[in-house]
Amino acid sequence: MAYAYGRRQALDRVSFRIQPGRFAVLLGLNGAGKSTLFQLITRLFATRQGTIRIFGHDVLREAGAALRRLGVVFQARTLDLDLTVWQNLAYHAALHGIGRSHARIRAAEVLERVDLAGRASERARNLSGGQMRRLEIARALLHQPSLILLDEPTVGLDIAARADILAHVRDLVAKDGVAVLWATHLVDEIAPDDQVLVLHQGRLLADGRLDALLASTGAADAEGAFRHLIERPGAAS
Amino acid sequence: MSQPTSARAAGFPLRAYLICLQGIVGRELLRFLHQRERFVAALVRPLVWLFIFAAGFRQVLGVSIIPPYTVYVLYEVYITPGLIAMIQLFNGMQSSMSMVYDRETGSMRTLLVSPLPRWFLLSSKLLAGTAVSVVQAYTFLAIAWLWRIEPPLWGYLAVLPALFLSGLMLGALGMLLSSLVRQLENFAGVMNFLIFPMFFASSALYPLWRVRESSPLLYRICELNPFTYAVELIRFALYLRVEPTALAVVVGCTILFMIGAVLAYDPARGFLARQHDAGGHP
Repeated sequence: MAYAYGRRQALDRVSFRIQPGRFAVLLGLNGAGKSTLFQLITRLFATRQGTIRIFGHDVLREAGAALRRLGVVFQARTLDLDLTVWQNLAYHAALHGIGRSHARIRAAEVLERVDLAGRASERARNLSGGQMRRLEIARALLHQPSLILLDEPTVGLDIAARADILAHVRDLVAKDGVAVLWATHLVDEIAPDDQVLVLHQGRLLADGRLDALLASTGAADAEGAFRHLIERPGAAS
Repeated sequence: MSQPTSARAAGFPLRAYLICLQGIVGRELLRFLHQRERFVAALVRPLVWLFIFAAGFRQVLGVSIIPPYTVYVLYEVYITPGLIAMIQLFNGMQSSMSMVYDRETGSMRTLLVSPLPRWFLLSSKLLAGTAVSVVQAYTFLAIAWLWRIEPPLWGYLAVLPALFLSGLMLGALGMLLSSLVRQLENFAGVMNFLIFPMFFASSALYPLWRVRESSPLLYRICELNPFTYAVELIRFALYLRVEPTALAVVVGCTILFMIGAVLAYDPARGFLARQHDAGGHP
C-alpha cells in the first residue's frame, strides 16, 4: 500500500504479511509511518493505493468482516475513566454486538488473563498506568480477535509495567495462537523469533526474523541491525 | 484458536445492531449521570432566562394571541418552548464538542474501528445524545411547572416525539460541525458564530410577527433558521397540535445534516480524511 499527506509520501509501497500465531514487531523511529499504517489498517482512513486484507477480508470493501477479527490498542489512552472496568468492557462488547450475559463471561475471562480479576467494579480512573494498558488489552481481546494491533503500548510506562505488558501479549500469542502487530521504537522489546518489520520514512526496509536480520546485516544485536538498515545509502526516501 | 465471538453473528443480525445501540445510549446516559455538573449547567442557563430575563421583560414584551395559544399568555409561557430548544441546541453542540475532544484524545477511535457500519454507529451516537437532551428538557419542564408554566397535561406526552425530532436535528448539526472543526480550540468560534445567532435569530424569545415589524431582513433570517422550526414544533406539540411546516423542516434538516455527517466521517471521502491528508488530527 501507499499513502501520502498531500505531497509528502507517508507510506511508500509497503507490503507484508503476518501469519496466525506470530508476534510481529513494527520497528521504526517517530515519524516512520507506524501510526499512519495503523490508521489505515483499522480503516480510520482509507488507502488510496493498494489493499489491506485481514484474514482475507478487504478492509474497505468488507469492513465489518475485517474489523471484527481485529483487536486494537491505540497509543493514546482510549478508556472512559469515569466508567468502571466492567462498564468499559461492556461498552466494547456492545460495539461488537455481543450480548450482556456473554459479555460478562468474556469479561471475566479476559480480566483473569491480564491479572485484573476482582477489579471489575473499580473506576478505570483508579487504575495505574500499567493496569490501564492491561485493561485496554483485555478490551481488545474481548471479542476474540485473530489479530491484535498495539501501537506503542509501552510508551509512558515504567520498566516493570513494560515488561509485564510485553509478557502478557507474548503469552497470548503462545497460548491462544493470536497474531500480533506490535509497533514500537524500542529495540529491546524484540525477541529472537519475532517477525521484524523495519519501517523508515515510510518505506519497509526489512521483513524477517530477528536472527535472519542479524545475519543479513552482520550486526551483533537488534539495535545494530536497525542502525545499519536506516543508515545505509538509499534507506531514506 | 476458537472462532471469534462476534464473527459468530455472521453478517450482523438485527440483535447485534440493537445491542450496539443499547450500549452506546447506555454509555452516554452513564456518562451524563457521572457528570452532574454538566446536568446542572444545562439547566441553569434556561432557568436564568426563565426566572430573571422573562420576569424582567414580562411587562415590556407583550404577546398577542397567536397559535397555538388560544388566550393571552405570560411571556414566561411564551419563551418556555424556546428555552427547551435552547437546552437541546447546547446539548447538541456539547456532544459535538465532546466528539472533537474524543477525536483528539483517541477515544472516538474505539467507536470508529467497530465492525458495525459507520453510519449506524454515528446514528446511535446521535440518538444517545438526543436521549440525554430529552431527559434535560423534561427536568426543565418539571421545574417550569413549579413556576406555574402549565401546558395541558397531555402536552407533556405529545411533546416527546417533538423533543426527539428537534434533538436529532440539532445533534446531527453538531455532529456535522464536529467533523468540520479540526481542533477543540476552534469550537469557541462555533459558539459565537453559530449557537448565539441561531438562538437569537429565531422565534425562541419573541414572536416572528414582532420581528417582522422591527426588521423585515431579520424576519427573513429567522424564517431561514432551522432552529425556529424546532422551537415551533415543540411549542405546538406542548399544546397538542402539529405544525406541518415545522415538522417538515425539522425532519428534512435532520436527514440532510445526518447525511452530511456520515459523509464527513467517511474514511475515504469525508472532511476528516482531507484534514488527515493535511496532517490534522484524525
